[in-house]
Amino acid sequence: MENSRRRFLKIAGISALGVAGAKPVLDVFASGDSHGEAAKAQPEIRKGEKALTAKQWAMVIDTRKFKSGADLEPIIEACHKIHNVPDFMDKENPEFKEDNRRHVIKWIWEEEYNHAFPTGGEPFLNERIKHLPFLVLCNHCEDPPCVRACPTKATFKREDGIVVMDFHRCIGCRFCMAACPYGSRSFNFRDPRPFIKAEERNPEFPTRMKGVVEKCNFCAERLAVGQMPACVEASNGAIAFGDLYDPESEVRKLLASNFTIRRKDGLGTGPTVYYIV
Amino acid sequence: MASNKQMYDKGKVVAGLVIFVILITFPFWYNLGKAAPAPELKLTEKAKAEKTCVMSKEEMKAGHMQLLDIWRERVVRNADRTYVNESGKEYSMSLSNTCLDCHSNKAEFCDKCHNYVSVAPYCWDCHIDNPKEAKK
Ligand code: SF4
Ligand code: SF4
Ligand code: SF4
Repeated sequence: MENSRRRFLKIAGISALGVAGAKPVLDVFASGDSHGEAAKAQPEIRKGEKALTAKQWAMVIDTRKFKSGADLEPIIEACHKIHNVPDFMDKENPEFKEDNRRHVIKWIWEEEYNHAFPTGGEPFLNERIKHLPFLVLCNHCEDPPCVRACPTKATFKREDGIVVMDFHRCIGCRFCMAACPYGSRSFNFRDPRPFIKAEERNPEFPTRMKGVVEKCNFCAERLAVGQMPACVEASNGAIAFGDLYDPESEVRKLLASNFTIRRKDGLGTGPTVYYIV
Repeated sequence: MASNKQMYDKGKVVAGLVIFVILITFPFWYNLGKAAPAPELKLTEKAKAEKTCVMSKEEMKAGHMQLLDIWRERVVRNADRTYVNESGKEYSMSLSNTCLDCHSNKAEFCDKCHNYVSVAPYCWDCHIDNPKEAKK
């Protein structure tokens, strides 16, 4: 009696395994077959023909071409409009409050010399520089501390050197904001949509949602279709963009013929946004 | 020892059990024969004119979420933005600009099935729906 029950269980077990195991095996054979006689081409994923590529994208901002904050405004606006960056300080918005200042999101903005270059420490600053507004944005550092800090790889350095945010993946922990020495990153403390004017929304670019971090993406979506970054286009030639490791590129030519500075370069993050002063 | 097997208050217990079973299966009785009809999707004119989607209708029905997941991964992380499908047609891998360009009727298309199967994907928290008529 004992024996035959054991036998029964054994056989039952083996047959169960057989039934469960046969399916994937059969599937493999089946798919192997269809591969053999595949008449249709396999789908393929590739870069667009017009995509611009580089080893490390970089930017040179010629501050001599700017006189006042008014010169920077159209540049900032071009970037913020195209990327659906909310404007929390828009007085016409029904939800406007002075307090919204704490929630402001910025990809590119204006900063005075002492704030943009705090390590300079010149006590008697040249009058021009003292009053000159500086454009600041993410530096797309060559050794970016934000990338090291991000626990989810939502922030990562792409092959072409751009430090990209994967908004899908960001958990909003804000480690990257603590790690970035330039304040280049903003956090969505609240839903940004009510602060993007409906008629000004760019439907081709996503907005963000509450709880993710955002920053300048060096216009990765424009480079992919062969266009220069929006701020470069809006700058009337004051901003140059190109491959840092291509000696023939525009940025390298400018770097070779002008004295340039970078923000807090002593920290070793290797910012790739250069300023001609 | 047969008396040990005697059941006290047999009538009450059985009646209670019956009521309990009826109550717990009530949702099934209640909905019996009233299965929600499968949703009917409306295609926009543009989608109709296109005839085929990126993959066949059956494949899209079953696997559009996997396709979107692959697209997202490749676009964001590899900067590859072009998808060539089985019949050699090229598409820009973009939910905002390719999918939602034809399927600009979220309420009659996307929402229909998503509501039916009770899933709430948050694509539209960021990707702006209905590109052409930017509603609201
Ligand atoms: S500037 Fe800040 S956010 Fe940008 S790459 Fe460098 S550390 Fe990261
Ligand atoms: S907030 Fe997002 S991007 Fe920043 S470190 Fe956390 S997960 Fe990464
Ligand atoms: S490179 Fe593009 S995203 Fe970055 S500041 Fe300029 S316009 Fe904005």
